[in-house]
Amino acid sequence: MLPARFEYQIVSSVEEAVAAKTQGGDEARFLAGGQSLLPMMKLRFATPTHLVDINRISGLDTIERHNGHVEVGALVRHADVAASDQVSGVVASAAPWIADPLVRNLGTMCGSVAHCDPEGDWNTVLLATGAEVIAQGPAGRRMIAIDDFVVDFFTNSLADDEMVVALRIPAAAGASGGSYQKLERKVGDYATVGVAAHLELGADGRISAAGVAMTSVAPINCKARDAEALLVGNAPSAELFAEAGAAAAAASEPRDDVRGTARWKRQVVAAFTRRALTEAAEQAQS
Amino acid sequence: MTDTTTTSPEIGGIGHSVKRAEDARLIEGQGNFVDDIAMPGMLYMALVRSPVAHARINSINTEAAAAVDGVVAVVTGELMDAHGLAWMPTLSGDTQAVLATDKVRYQGQEVAAVVATDPYIATDAAELVDVDYEMLDAITTPQQSLADGAELIRNEKEGQTDNLAYTWETGDAAATEAAFANADRVVSLTTHYPRSHPSPLETCGIVADVNSVTGQATLYMTSQAPHAHRTLFALVAGLPEQNIRIVSPDIGGGFGNKVPIYPGYVVATAASLLIGQPVKWVETRTGNLISTGFGRDYYMTGELALSNDGRIQAMRVDMLSDQGAFYADAQPTRYKAGLFHVCTGSYDFGNAHIKCRGAFTNKAPGGVAYRCSFRITEASFLIERLMQTAADELGIDPAELRMRNFIQPEQFPYETPTGFVYDSGDYPTALRKALDAAGYDELRAEQAASREQGKLMGIGIAHFTEAVGAGPAHTYDIAGLKMIDSAELRVHPTGKAVLKIGVKTQGQGHETTFAQIVAEETGIPASDIKVIHGDTDDTPYGLGTYASRSTPVGGAATAMVARKIADKARHIAAHLLEAAPEDIERDADKFFVAGSPDQSVSIQDAAFAAYTNLPEGMEYGLEDVTYYNPPNLTFPYGSYVVVVDVDPDTGVWKVRRMVALDDCGVRINPMIVEGQIHGGLTEGFAMSSMQWITFDDDGNCIGSNFMDYLIPTAWETPRFELLETVTPSPHHPIGAKGIGESATVGSPAAFVNAVVDAVAHLGVRNIDMPVLPDRVWEAIETANT
Repeated sequence: MLPARFEYQIVSSVEEAVAAKTQGGDEARFLAGGQSLLPMMKLRFATPTHLVDINRISGLDTIERHNGHVEVGALVRHADVAASDQVSGVVASAAPWIADPLVRNLGTMCGSVAHCDPEGDWNTVLLATGAEVIAQGPAGRRMIAIDDFVVDFFTNSLADDEMVVALRIPAAAGASGGSYQKLERKVGDYATVGVAAHLELGADGRISAAGVAMTSVAPINCKARDAEALLVGNAPSAELFAEAGAAAAAASEPRDDVRGTARWKRQVVAAFTRRALTEAAEQAQS
Repeated sequence: MTDTTTTSPEIGGIGHSVKRAEDARLIEGQGNFVDDIAMPGMLYMALVRSPVAHARINSINTEAAAAVDGVVAVVTGELMDAHGLAWMPTLSGDTQAVLATDKVRYQGQEVAAVVATDPYIATDAAELVDVDYEMLDAITTPQQSLADGAELIRNEKEGQTDNLAYTWETGDAAATEAAFANADRVVSLTTHYPRSHPSPLETCGIVADVNSVTGQATLYMTSQAPHAHRTLFALVAGLPEQNIRIVSPDIGGGFGNKVPIYPGYVVATAASLLIGQPVKWVETRTGNLISTGFGRDYYMTGELALSNDGRIQAMRVDMLSDQGAFYADAQPTRYKAGLFHVCTGSYDFGNAHIKCRGAFTNKAPGGVAYRCSFRITEASFLIERLMQTAADELGIDPAELRMRNFIQPEQFPYETPTGFVYDSGDYPTALRKALDAAGYDELRAEQAASREQGKLMGIGIAHFTEAVGAGPAHTYDIAGLKMIDSAELRVHPTGKAVLKIGVKTQGQGHETTFAQIVAEETGIPASDIKVIHGDTDDTPYGLGTYASRSTPVGGAATAMVARKIADKARHIAAHLLEAAPEDIERDADKFFVAGSPDQSVSIQDAAFAAYTNLPEGMEYGLEDVTYYNPPNLTFPYGSYVVVVDVDPDTGVWKVRRMVALDDCGVRINPMIVEGQIHGGLTEGFAMSSMQWITFDDDGNCIGSNFMDYLIPTAWETPRFELLETVTPSPHHPIGAKGIGESATVGSPAAFVNAVVDAVAHLGVRNIDMPVLPDRVWEAIETANT
């Protein structure tokens, strides 16, 4: 399992990284944790001619909470997220389910988001919370809503000369909760089915905002908008969550494959949506 | 655990959990694996593998690859053919392509090889070899393969007009039919034991060093059977056998994967011979998973004829195996489906008839015994799943059904309807002990109560009997080589010893346990004994390590040679004590005259005297060799009980308890035995829960890396509770039986039975392996409608 020939460049600032990427273009790749990129290179599914190693850029490895959101830098590892007291709800719930301990120690949250693997967990979580991606190019920074960032499988909306420098995850002001439910065949496996749920409750105890998103049951990570619409304005209840589960299952587009039949995956989406919402509501109410 | 030791911990004979002698070097990175070997002028080889499952080769263009700076040679089938090496015999009497010349017959088949000065250059250049394939229909199941009008896969094979690889049957067909005709009840089960892969951590590899002047071929190879491989190399390549030295250094796991001779070994050896420089080939992970010997892939229909009170009268089996493109099972010559005919299991009944067919498909060949002792895994799975089916159909508790049908302790030696003679066993005691440890009656009560609340929990039982330690020369050979094994023991003047054995460890701990056998028999401390294995120039002949045969055959040879040494030492002691040899007794490490233990000669004193002070007429030295031809196989057995909880919403099941009782006769090193059982149970859990190699309709392998082919980690592997009984083998010198494969053989049925038991009340009778959550949920759904 030997990769094809490539140039390797270490950069020490975001500006330098962007310049290197601008020069390398489509054939250049940023290297952060490398937990998806390097295996793909060894399998020769990816043959970048230029690797831009961003690991020595200082200031990108922090998780900071300010102005109603949590900002996760480009060099924050999954394990840092799992250990952080700055994150809560569905983000905190999903972090221990990312890959396996070895991958979590090196892989980065931003890298996983930018990779846009439809079987990856983080984009589902970000869709449920309504997060944004902060990208930097030669002309400076811009914010991209996660819905607009995830374009297709393994395809994001970054320009060739842009780099993800951080994620902005909204931190709810009031009562909120979230949960990520994942069915995996073994530790380190991609999700067979994943469901992220995020709930905010108003002063009246009714649901004021809801995010439900799914992993591995559609060509890309996607929101269950019908389920979200059902939830908002209603009081949490087992019946409501069962209805939302059915709506999410209906919105999913799973396929038969070695992991299981499509109709079973729909059933799991329904069950997981119910369970995730129940947990989210319990958190929000506590 | 019962203490059966007769030696002190310092001597460390049988029954001591001596720490593994090999671990320190392996843990500290001082092992020596094939890929660690480097030589001056060594070249690197990369294989070009077929990306498609079935296609005619129109042409192979090697120009671009050969032009790459650093490429020394590009080897194709045409070149191999010029040296008569484009095809080679398999271990089942078929032939297999070394490098494809006419057609490719499975995805991953070896088509060409690039030899270069650097592994990266070889890999890059291999991508430039341009093969023009003309696509043919891919056949991915044996049922398709045997259907009318199926494309002939083995069109090159003279006389082959269909895709049938073999047929074989055994047992008494007429008597079995009669028993079925007269039976109160007949239960049947059709199931597929899916294709799996041994997937050792270390893939296969070789450093081939052929001296262009002397013709001496030194082959550092990942081999579980170096001596057999040497002889086969001599027979196939026509090299004089004295010029072939096979060195199997540290091996990173075998599980049967390293029994066959693979095309990569042959091509690297030929390349070294032609180029005159050493050539290293180390297989990629994907290459290992898609092309080397798989395990299982048996489609089985089994039936039991029973009386109304659950007594088995006969068994009938119809089996169809998927052999892949070449029939290459590593198995004893006279049997076409390994020892599958041991499928009558632990039960006493008169008649059985077993009919087997195998078919060629466009999948990798191999059919190695993946930790299963020649297809006993499939056999044991079938009978133990059938027992669960019969229990459910007849409404008899599955433990009780087994108790009613067990071969009783006083019936041993017991001849089965298919001709095995079981050596020893006490099955009822074993099952009772396992059930008691699990709290069986309480579990059944809990199950009844939890069903009332809509919860699903199941209790699965498997009681397996294995046939291991091939084997007696009158019955067992592989490719004509009798399955004997050997040991040579040299005791140096200072009383330290070197033991050389024909078997070869791949992690089983031979360097420890075989020293313990010598310690037991001679009194030389195990820590004073160096065990040498794997180098054919430095060890006596043997058929190697697989099929749990090391202890039954090589271990017996070791005990016998140690006894010869102890006997000579006794004669020397008699000389030193000025007594008659027949008056000398031995107590662990000392010889003394009967009745006078105060005056003694140590084994070390006797060793020194063997080189310095001998009785008149005795030959100098203290060394000997034994070749052991076992009188019978050994028959280890076990009773496993698994408790699972099933989530009715998702079909996900979790193991709550796993109680495993094993009886492998005398345990030489209890810690190592338990380690073997833990590993085997983990592999059994893997196959039952997640592990299979699948193919799409075009014959593309789904499972070509560890993201797609699943190996359980410590996280999902259940906790195991181990128990034992000890029923020595009456014919083995130290009463030991094989243990390496028991748990892989026995446990899959226990896991599957547990899940089926959880949903049996809904009418579910079978869920094929791997028991994936969707299959459980679908089975419940189907039963509900």
